[in-house]
Amino acid sequence: MNDTLANTEKKTAYILTLPAVLLVFAIILFPIFANVWISFKEVELKDIRIPEPRAKKIVKSISDEPSKIKILYKLRNSSLLQEIRDVSFKDKFPKNFKIENLDPRCDYKNSSLKCEFGNWPAKYKENFQVIFSTNDGSNIDKKTIKSIKPKLDGNSDNILLNTNFTLKNFKKVLFENEFIDLLLTTFYYTFFGTIGSIVFGILTAQMVNQKFYGRTFMRSVLLFPYVAPVVALAYTWELLLDPNSGTLNSLLLNYQIIETPINLLGQKYIEISIFGFDFKLRLALTTVIMFEIWRYFPLAFLFILARLQAIPKELYEAADVDGASPFQKFFKITLPQITAVISILFMIRFIWNFNKFEDVFLLTGGASGTRTLPINVYQQGFAISDIGMGSAVSIVIVVLLLMFMFFYFRLLGKRVDEN
Amino acid sequence: MRTKNTIIFSLISTFFLIFLISIWKILATLQGLSINSFNIEVLFILGFLISLAHLVIGSRIKSFYKSIIFSSVFVVCDGYLIQKLPIWYNLGVFLILYFFCYKICKYSFIGLKEEHSTQVILFDFLTLFGILFFSFVILFPFYMMLVTSFKTQIALLVNPLDFSINFGQDMKDLFKSYFVIFKSYKFGKYILTSTIVSVGTVFITLIFAIPAAYAVARLNFFGKTFLSTSILIIYMFPAIVLVIPLYTIFSQLGLRNSIEGLLIVYTATTLPVAIYMLQGYFKSIPKELEEAAILDKLSWFGIITKIIIPLSIPAISSVALYVFMIAWNEFLFSLMFLDNPNSFTLSRAIQYLSGDAETPRQYLMAGSVVVTLPVLFIFVYFEKYLVSGLTAGSVKG
Repeated sequence: MNDTLANTEKKTAYILTLPAVLLVFAIILFPIFANVWISFKEVELKDIRIPEPRAKKIVKSISDEPSKIKILYKLRNSSLLQEIRDVSFKDKFPKNFKIENLDPRCDYKNSSLKCEFGNWPAKYKENFQVIFSTNDGSNIDKKTIKSIKPKLDGNSDNILLNTNFTLKNFKKVLFENEFIDLLLTTFYYTFFGTIGSIVFGILTAQMVNQKFYGRTFMRSVLLFPYVAPVVALAYTWELLLDPNSGTLNSLLLNYQIIETPINLLGQKYIEISIFGFDFKLRLALTTVIMFEIWRYFPLAFLFILARLQAIPKELYEAADVDGASPFQKFFKITLPQITAVISILFMIRFIWNFNKFEDVFLLTGGASGTRTLPINVYQQGFAISDIGMGSAVSIVIVVLLLMFMFFYFRLLGKRVDEN
Repeated sequence: MRTKNTIIFSLISTFFLIFLISIWKILATLQGLSINSFNIEVLFILGFLISLAHLVIGSRIKSFYKSIIFSSVFVVCDGYLIQKLPIWYNLGVFLILYFFCYKICKYSFIGLKEEHSTQVILFDFLTLFGILFFSFVILFPFYMMLVTSFKTQIALLVNPLDFSINFGQDMKDLFKSYFVIFKSYKFGKYILTSTIVSVGTVFITLIFAIPAAYAVARLNFFGKTFLSTSILIIYMFPAIVLVIPLYTIFSQLGLRNSIEGLLIVYTATTLPVAIYMLQGYFKSIPKELEEAAILDKLSWFGIITKIIIPLSIPAISSVALYVFMIAWNEFLFSLMFLDNPNSFTLSRAIQYLSGDAETPRQYLMAGSVVVTLPVLFIFVYFEKYLVSGLTAGSVKG
């Protein structure tokens, strides 16, 4: 009895979870494996269109003979690169139709015309013509004939399914001179974006944790950048930072803080000298990181605030009795209490910043030294239209991520578990 | 000790005052006033003197009169420095000064003698500074977005600092950008597409997620732990990695440029977090209710629809709102899958609009306002639900 109950429970569970599991598998897990497959192939964007046999039907009446009609099919192979094998053709006609000239490749039976055209090489074109007349000599209505569409079928190689593999993509990705630069840019973007958003998150959470008038309003406002659509925010920032008529540059010029406008999103380096040391700051990258921090610190804020509100008040009261200063309270009580949250946040934000595509794409498109790995996936795959290369870059991303997660869990996993 | 604390207090409060006045000046500049300098030196001296004077006078004068006197002195000095400014500017300065005096009221010579008093002051002012600073930094781009959408191309080019809106003009001129984007750029259609895609994603996600979450929360089956742990790991996988294979598969299946294609992808990407959030809530529902239902011979479908769903409306709404927000804001997949303007979502349409260098920026900003407003409205209105959704689902984004 128990056994059957357990069995029905199992069955129900599988029925309930199966749709979700299948969908997630098809859309998320399968593409990751497909990526591995594609990355070992030389595929370009134009190759992924399946070649199709096509026919354009033109109906022409023959002068003086209303009971006869000429039909011209303009046949072609849609692909410029691949051949189509065993093309078959089928078209239907009214019952009273009789064929006048039958092509040897074709067969007319039961008022339908069937043809076997054999193989069509790439770019193949043919004008195929048939003439019909009616049995009973009645006039022909051109429209009804035109409205019937011919059906064509054929086989072609799908470049994605054959087994020609190459290591070219990975060689190109890994041994190109740009690769180190790409990695460094991605690392700067990820690391400073993560650290910045966590620091601002701590500051704002500490701030909202005090009592002041309009605190709930402040909490909503702080989350605005996180909930608003990226597209809107990125374009607003672009306008704000525009060198010619952007608000920021105009303000700085107005108050004579700078003399010439700075192209914050379009300039790769800026020379800065502090205490006599000259160094080059990657300006566009810094701006993009600022946007990143601005958009994602609310998340850190939300997490840390939730943790701060859970810290027992007694701890602070005890500290007050001992005469601790506000800074001591912050560094000795608050900070140790939120380290667990921070380490989780660090991992989450690091992974997501590492994969962030939209923000950089919308702000700079990857120009002026802001090309990160995800941007490179897009540029290789769609701008240069080399799908294989794009996939290879994706694989590099996945491998780097897995390495990061592995080391992170090795180093911090146990500590997080304990908390 | 007392001198040192006095000086530190005065310095901190002065910096705070300079910050307040500077923000006010920036805002005034953006209303078209020509202010070319912050006059920081003068502000510094005045602020320092006011802080010192406040301590010296102490409680000999009622704090209300003291504040009024300080504010008036400051306004007169400031007005003398930059002349020909409208009265509302000076009134603003007066109010800021009054606020400032109100804030420094609680500090006195006696208070400064206490232990850690400078640190307390620093903390207090940092909090105040932070509130104002972050409000300004966050709200300013939104403010700019809104104002730019009401301006004309010429006005924007002539004086990029003039943010004032002329409400005296005709409504048609004021909302011109909005009329244009809805008429010439078919934004009505894009709103419809975005709405269909987002609402559709919410429903499909819930239909798939509720049964799955119920199974994970309640039933015992082989692979349950594996399933529940892999949910989050799958969720951490980046969208950018999925883009190329999905693009190739969707092109071959003819799913590109279709709402169905977007629905499938959005549902799949939001499912894991929806299941994760829901199963956590389902576990908190007392088991006895279901046991009673089983005795009444209710099937699992009955249990879910009659017991689980009515009891977990808060969790379901927070999942729904969260999924709606994700789908509405999504950009990467809509960029990849849609290249026919007839099937654009709002985000994609705005990006397409910006691709044309000729597009006037006020149209772009009007479009941005249109895409932002629904999300912000939903967020403010349902904040309680959304915040819990954000915290649970925050692995995303």
